[in-house]
Amino acid sequence: MIRVENIYKSFDGNEVLKGISHDFFPGKTNLVIGRSGSGKTVLLKILVGLMAPTSGRVWYDKIDFSTLDKKEIREIRMQVGMLFQGSALFDSLTVEQNIRFPLDMFTNWTTREKLDRVNYCLERVNLAGVNSKFPSATSGWMQKRVGIARAIVLKPKYLFCDEPNSGLDPKTALLIDELIQDITYENQITTIVNTHDMNSVMEVGDNVMLLSGGEIAWTGNKEEVIASDNAVLQDFIFASPFLKRLRVDALEQQKNSRESK
Amino acid sequence: MSFNLFYHFGRYVSMMGQALTRPEKFSMYWKETIRQMEAIGVGSVIIVVLISIFIGAVSALQFCYQLDGQLIPMYYVGYIVRDLAIIESAPTITCLVLAGKVGSNIAAEIGGMRQKEHIDAMEIMGVNTAAYLITPKVVAAIVVIPMLVTIGAFVGIIGGYLASVPAGYLTDMEYMRGLRAYFEPYNVFIMYVKSITFAFLITSISSYFGYYVTGGSIELGKASTNAVVIGNIFVLAGDYFIALLLT
Ligand SMILES: Nc1ncnc2c1ncn2[C@@H]1O[C@H](COP(=O)(O)OP(=O)(O)O)[C@@H](O)[C@H]1O
Ligand SMILES: [Mg+2]
Repeated sequence: MIRVENIYKSFDGNEVLKGISHDFFPGKTNLVIGRSGSGKTVLLKILVGLMAPTSGRVWYDKIDFSTLDKKEIREIRMQVGMLFQGSALFDSLTVEQNIRFPLDMFTNWTTREKLDRVNYCLERVNLAGVNSKFPSATSGWMQKRVGIARAIVLKPKYLFCDEPNSGLDPKTALLIDELIQDITYENQITTIVNTHDMNSVMEVGDNVMLLSGGEIAWTGNKEEVIASDNAVLQDFIFASPFLKRLRVDALEQQKNSRESK
Repeated sequence: MSFNLFYHFGRYVSMMGQALTRPEKFSMYWKETIRQMEAIGVGSVIIVVLISIFIGAVSALQFCYQLDGQLIPMYYVGYIVRDLAIIESAPTITCLVLAGKVGSNIAAEIGGMRQKEHIDAMEIMGVNTAAYLITPKVVAAIVVIPMLVTIGAFVGIIGGYLASVPAGYLTDMEYMRGLRAYFEPYNVFIMYVKSITFAFLITSISSYFGYYVTGGSIELGKASTNAVVIGNIFVLAGDYFIALLLT
């Protein structure tokens, strides 16, 4: 479990996060949602220690992240995988070398063992056989999956994904969401996903936290989204008039079916 | 924004403190060091040879012109070209050129990795990025740049010969005699002290500017320029202090 306690963050007087407290659970896709610029990436960077909060604490299970020195942080990070918004694949290395990089750096496995693990991870993201391609020669959707494969190669306990499906069409985006969710369930990982995609929320939102104006505007799960009358949430999820009409219809249906029972 | 010297110096020292620690995995660092040696060494031979040959030639011609009709014997041309190459032109001018070529390259490479979040990605894996990205470059340069400087010194002396002897200012024998006259092995020691110091300065300074780059392509360009300008200033300042301390 990852817990944040009263996180504040400001940049030169611009207060981006104003007292965020929340729990992220293992074996669940924990979503952080909010409009662009609402501070999702900043929160994620604070969670993984790429940025220091102005005040507040981050707990990895029983460990208070803020008390660790650089070396201890690196040890925790062996259990952390992260998928970056732009995938952040090393472009001078092939797909295989990218995924193998953490193994090369941190394990004493044989070449055979490393290759087996790389191939397992590639298969897991449905990319068997692209080992020798360079990232620049693959599509964005492939790069995301290579990024996921690299993030899970050391069997992390914690997985962070920053907008994993931005720039993808809705159908492909859903496949990525489901892939992340399956991997999370299989390995009981504490997964935290940033997204501004309402489809993700409705499909994989086990534990959703809505950021707005630097504060938590709503928390709940995907089942609770439609019925909630939280104005900020409704405005975020059902952003267009078209979607607002769909929601009204859905509520109507729910009510009718309840009455007919 | 003003250039805050103490801020940069403090951050540079802390970065180098992180860089010079025990590697996570020796074999990965070794592989990277070899790759850097190739990049710095092989990629710079031609430019070093070209520059050294011209500097040797120009200094020989200059001295021929100045010594002509004086009481000083002409074989002094060989002697002066040799010592000038060893003490000053080979280490300093070679390193000024390398501060441009290698320095801008390193700043752009590391800065690009910072901007594309490659450094963050490595950090998240648990890699000590300051060490993995900087140490191999520094080590490679400290090995390879003295070799380039050695080549530069030899080629400079050849350049001096080619410019003066065929033109008839002095004979083969005189040039050779000059090369053998008053030889001080200590000067060679100074040459290597300079090259190693400059190699360290060039690579660590340019790494610094790349490592802390922010923003986009304009900032990357600025970082690259800063790496070269500041690198050059430190090479010249280092040259002065080594001369002060060792001669
Ligand atoms: N390094 C930084 N320096 C200054 N301001 C920043 C920095 N990073 C983010 N911000 C600001 O924080 C706010 C939230 O950004 P971000 O977390 O990237 O939003 P998003 O929810 O789209 O991921 C933005 O207003 C942005 O300008
Ligand atoms: Mg973001």
